[in-house]
Amino acid sequence: MAFISSGYNPDKPMEGRITDIGPRNFEEFYPPVIKKNKGQWDYHEIVKPGVLKHVALSGDTVYTVRVGAARLMSVTHIREICEIADKHCGGHLRFTTRNNVEFMVETEAAANALVADLETRKFPGGSYKFPVGGTGACVSNIVHTQGYVHCHTPATDASGPVKAVMDEMFSYFQSMTLPAMVRISLACCLNMCGAVHCSDIGIVGIHRKPPIVEHDRLDNICEVPLAVSACPTGAIKPTKVEVDGKKLNSVAVNASRCMYCGNCYTMCPSLPLSDQEGDGVIIMVGGKVSNRISMPKFSKVAVAFIPNEPPRWPTLAKVVKKIIEVYAAEANKYERLGDWAERIGWESFFEKCELDFTHHLIDDFRDPAYFTWRQSTNFNF
Amino acid sequence: MAKHQTPLLDQLETGPWPSFVSDIKQEAAHRAANPDGLDYQVPVDCPDDLLGVLELSFKDKETHWKHGGIVGVFGYGGGVIGRYCDQPEMFPGVAHFHTVRLAQPSGKYYTSEYLRGVMDIWDLRGSGLTNMHGSTGDIVLLGTTTPQLEEIFYDVTHKMNTDLGGSGGNLRTPADCLGQSRCEFACYDTQDLCHTLTNDYQDELHRPAFPYKFKFKFDGCPNGCVASIARSDFSVIGTWKDDIRIDQDRVKAYVAGEFKPGGGSHSGRDWGKFDIVKEVVDRCPTGCMSYDGAKLAIDNSNCTRCMHCINTMPAAVKIGTETGASILVGAKAPILDGAQMSSLLVPFVVVEQPYDEIKEVIENIWDWWMEEGKNRERVGETMKRLSFQKLLEVTNTKAMPQHVVEPRSNPYIFFKEEEVPGGFAHDEKAYRQRHMR
Repeated sequence: MAFISSGYNPDKPMEGRITDIGPRNFEEFYPPVIKKNKGQWDYHEIVKPGVLKHVALSGDTVYTVRVGAARLMSVTHIREICEIADKHCGGHLRFTTRNNVEFMVETEAAANALVADLETRKFPGGSYKFPVGGTGACVSNIVHTQGYVHCHTPATDASGPVKAVMDEMFSYFQSMTLPAMVRISLACCLNMCGAVHCSDIGIVGIHRKPPIVEHDRLDNICEVPLAVSACPTGAIKPTKVEVDGKKLNSVAVNASRCMYCGNCYTMCPSLPLSDQEGDGVIIMVGGKVSNRISMPKFSKVAVAFIPNEPPRWPTLAKVVKKIIEVYAAEANKYERLGDWAERIGWESFFEKCELDFTHHLIDDFRDPAYFTWRQSTNFNF
Repeated sequence: MAKHQTPLLDQLETGPWPSFVSDIKQEAAHRAANPDGLDYQVPVDCPDDLLGVLELSFKDKETHWKHGGIVGVFGYGGGVIGRYCDQPEMFPGVAHFHTVRLAQPSGKYYTSEYLRGVMDIWDLRGSGLTNMHGSTGDIVLLGTTTPQLEEIFYDVTHKMNTDLGGSGGNLRTPADCLGQSRCEFACYDTQDLCHTLTNDYQDELHRPAFPYKFKFKFDGCPNGCVASIARSDFSVIGTWKDDIRIDQDRVKAYVAGEFKPGGGSHSGRDWGKFDIVKEVVDRCPTGCMSYDGAKLAIDNSNCTRCMHCINTMPAAVKIGTETGASILVGAKAPILDGAQMSSLLVPFVVVEQPYDEIKEVIENIWDWWMEEGKNRERVGETMKRLSFQKLLEVTNTKAMPQHVVEPRSNPYIFFKEEEVPGGFAHDEKAYRQRHMR
């Protein structure tokens, strides 16, 4: 490999340097029909699953074909997306917050031709490259984090369980049969880069073992006070240890106070806590960010632990499917998963979804815990 | 012939959902074939080695990426995340595998020409793998080596007119919904506000000066498609102050079945004929609607703008015309003191260029948080530690009932000394004249 210079001169880093320019201006990228009708849209319809029709006050229409995607994408795949955009959409496209891709055309005939083209494109293993769906009362794409692909603190993978769960959810992605939209999110540790704590279904990687303490190097690579103050439960204290006859500064972890959040590891690389047996996922349910009908709400833990089962996380996929199927059968039209669980009562939710209620599910973290206990004699048997 | 055997990952190639494994393999094959005759600037087989290290993680059920690594470009304190493999001899192609975050355009609209330009740079100087997009919103370029960082920065700024995104104790790359560009619900131009603030705060985005990360997100309406209320320290959510607009002829058309409820959002199942009373009037959370068989009426003074009627009959029921936004502050994920959603600070603000009123709120919050925030404390945690009253004080906001769901149920009230006649000092002598010891 011969080094190819971009033009950057390391001896004169400021020469011709361009900084602080931010992103490209969005207006450069609008399809013409969007540019013309911005702020003047009248209403929309969902013509069929994955195909939106927006009608402008001018009478113009734009048809949007939404396709699912793995957010981990190659250059080759993105070039194929570009080729599709060139072929059907005058070179325009957009991505959604939930990692879907949207292709926009101006007529229903063009939308149908586009859908037909997209549906023929598959990877050699048989999976769709561009599955059309993700609109209306469906399970849309899962927003997720990096997992084993690129993260140093995960308690589970992200792309693997997402693929496994979406394979199970595929018919719900491509149809609009649910009582309301279902938003699934996955975070591979409690740092929650994806902030999944307000999702209908939140899948979250957790650890279950307190950190290893590498006494022999801790004081060389960590600031002991930072490691101590990183702990939200006060489980870490400074201590002196003897290693090979030498007195070293280190920390001691009170295992019974540790809730395995991993914040100490973020501050100190000598406190790793990932573990084959200890790590796995929890399932949280019933959160939402929309203000529709009811206020936004946090997801609640419904399953306290499922082990990591690569490559296809079968237990996780099965439990998620069960919850969605019961919800689909029982909830009223427009009722989000959390609203349904609150209406029937959480005791009924656990019974109907055939989930064990264990002591892990009772909050014991700080003051808000009290407000989740029941100060009433009103409940269901 | 694959470089590594990946029997576990191979099982993720079947099933209908797009397989990231197939896609990485596709990229590995592309680089091996090298149809464009590139002189790849990072190991040609890094996609193979990424599959290898991922297979090992699937076997071990543990990650194989090391903790940290401080790398970046000259003059910036963010935008690049250092990443090193903990089995570099087994997987030399990904031994150094840093992430580069690029600032995405507001609304995530692209042209193929632009994306191809970015991909050409990444094909030559990176792994050929990306995330479209990261959780915060950036274009994430996944995996390159340290010597390529300045070259990539030079290329993206000079050729693509694009900057890096945020990381660390910075303003993170702001993100928005597509807003008025293609949505009739949008109450303000999310894209313009997002783009303007991103550019106005480039210094805060590139040079760490905050206690911790700070995120802006912009939702055009209370449906919250970009989830700002859960995912951003500073959440701007579109709303309106005047009456919901009703087109009574179109209401009749919905009742008659000429328009599909929800635009057809529930059409995959037979829910029966659309029943406006059952599905709209009775589902209104404030009970402020009525339908007499001919006319839909809304008592707007009791409406809380939940969007249900508008979502269900988008052609007939529309947001008002006196539009703007609510500002909520302090959302964060569980680390450290539990998850938080943003809390309402400014019930209504007009959203118009040059956005000075919004910027004043932002800068007042930053001044306070940079002064009082502890290391790695999100502003939501500072609010909890120092009180919502303090946030009101530093943003010159008057307390109002809209700020709370309900008033406090404990009597432990802090009064300011000037609020008490005579201040906090007692007349001890007079007291003891009234009360013998």
